[in-house]
Amino acid sequence: MLLLLLAGCGSDDARLVVSAASSMTGALTACSGDFDAADVRLSFAGSDELAAQIRQGVKPDVYAAANTTLPDELNKEGLLSKPVEFATNELVIAVPKDSEIESVHDLAGDAVKLAIGSESVPIGSYTREVLARLPGPESDAILANVRSNEPDVKGIVGKLTQGAADAGLVYVTDVNAAGDKLRAVELPAELEPDVTYAAGVVKGAKQPDEARDFVDGLSDGACADALAGAGFGAP
Amino acid sequence: MRAFPVLLALALATALSFLTLPVVAIFVDSSPAELIDSLGEPGALDALWLSLRTTAMALAIILLVGTPAAYLLATRSFRGKALVVTLVELPLVLPPAVAGIALLAAVGPSGILGGAVDAAGIELTLQTAGVVVALTFVASPFYIRQAMAAFAAVDRTLLDASRTLGASEARGFRRVMIPAALPGLAAGTALALGRALGEFGATLMFAGSFQGITQTVPLAIYDRFSTNFDSALALSAVLVGISAAILVSVKLVQGSEALGGAPG
Repeated sequence: MLLLLLAGCGSDDARLVVSAASSMTGALTACSGDFDAADVRLSFAGSDELAAQIRQGVKPDVYAAANTTLPDELNKEGLLSKPVEFATNELVIAVPKDSEIESVHDLAGDAVKLAIGSESVPIGSYTREVLARLPGPESDAILANVRSNEPDVKGIVGKLTQGAADAGLVYVTDVNAAGDKLRAVELPAELEPDVTYAAGVVKGAKQPDEARDFVDGLSDGACADALAGAGFGAP
Repeated sequence: MRAFPVLLALALATALSFLTLPVVAIFVDSSPAELIDSLGEPGALDALWLSLRTTAMALAIILLVGTPAAYLLATRSFRGKALVVTLVELPLVLPPAVAGIALLAAVGPSGILGGAVDAAGIELTLQTAGVVVALTFVASPFYIRQAMAAFAAVDRTLLDASRTLGASEARGFRRVMIPAALPGLAAGTALALGRALGEFGATLMFAGSFQGITQTVPLAIYDRFSTNFDSALALSAVLVGISAAILVSVKLVQGSEALGGAPG
């Protein structure tokens, strides 16, 4: 009887569950209402966390990640359809509006407090990729300024807007979403990592057809427009 | 056969299996050897050590301030006491995320007291001190509530007798009330300890997550969830072990009445 009650909580006709990386929160929330084929239920978290849930048997219909590695891995494990690349993003240094930080080199300065992504999440691995391209001593000095390894982008942005940290590395779309509180400092082109987003249909999805439509719509349709509006690029 | 006793037994069996299965699964999913191996990896022991240190510091503050405060609330009546008690208990029912936001808004760098904290040369956010603040905030109501009940239950004639014999109230508090309320105070300490050890949301939002500085065991478990599930399980198992030890020691301190014997 209890199981029936629990089952009742989850079963509704044509409800599409989309697990998406936190960085797409604004864009996908704005466009999912325009998806006619199903009632879209969005679940945002770190890409790695969502992938871990899928590996533990959680079955959303769509998985949209902030990289291509995790969808590729899930695909190899037979848990996800062939991933489709649908957007790109740009890594930037986010600083409070009135900050004096103007370049990546300023991050190595004394008393600069950094909040970056944890090594286990895509934003954190991209950040370490960028730092590894700097000369060793400079990279070490910047890493020594790290005061928090946050589990997702929201944590980094929150620490910056609350004044707890002086700078962090996030996606340019996160700086746009934070309104006028934060300013983006661009990275030199030679440091910029390739940030490509990919999505796929989860194997065993309850709504595979609608899920396929949703994934296609990320490259072409209302959601593609919303992503472009939020500052994402086309792959 | 009468239906009601069967129904009662069924309800208990349902509750028991629902509540124990997830905890049992932590141990089934990981062998003791794996558990010990995972604890050897970098960060795991740091997290345990940090959790124990910050919890001990938070408890020291809670006991030092909370015991006299609870004594006052338990032994005096004054206008607005119900409101004061409610305010003190409020963090009990606050979601951890609300506690994190509230702490940032109050004593974070841009919070209402942020300037004063900074002027005093104190740094809380992204520092171990911030973890202690978060733990103290969420855990102290557990202690104060229990301590109030313990002091209120002490037979007042004991205290009055000590006063008649010429002891000051401070002496009566120290020599009569605290010993008499000790089992209740110990139970409150254990509850606060359990809550502090498990604190997650407020710590992450207010203090951040950095190995050895602010990454307590719950934060380390969350950090490992996606990349190293075995290690997350191992740390979880350690927390289950500590929490179970706390619960058992409370039951022992409270004596046979709490163990389900005859009503005392």
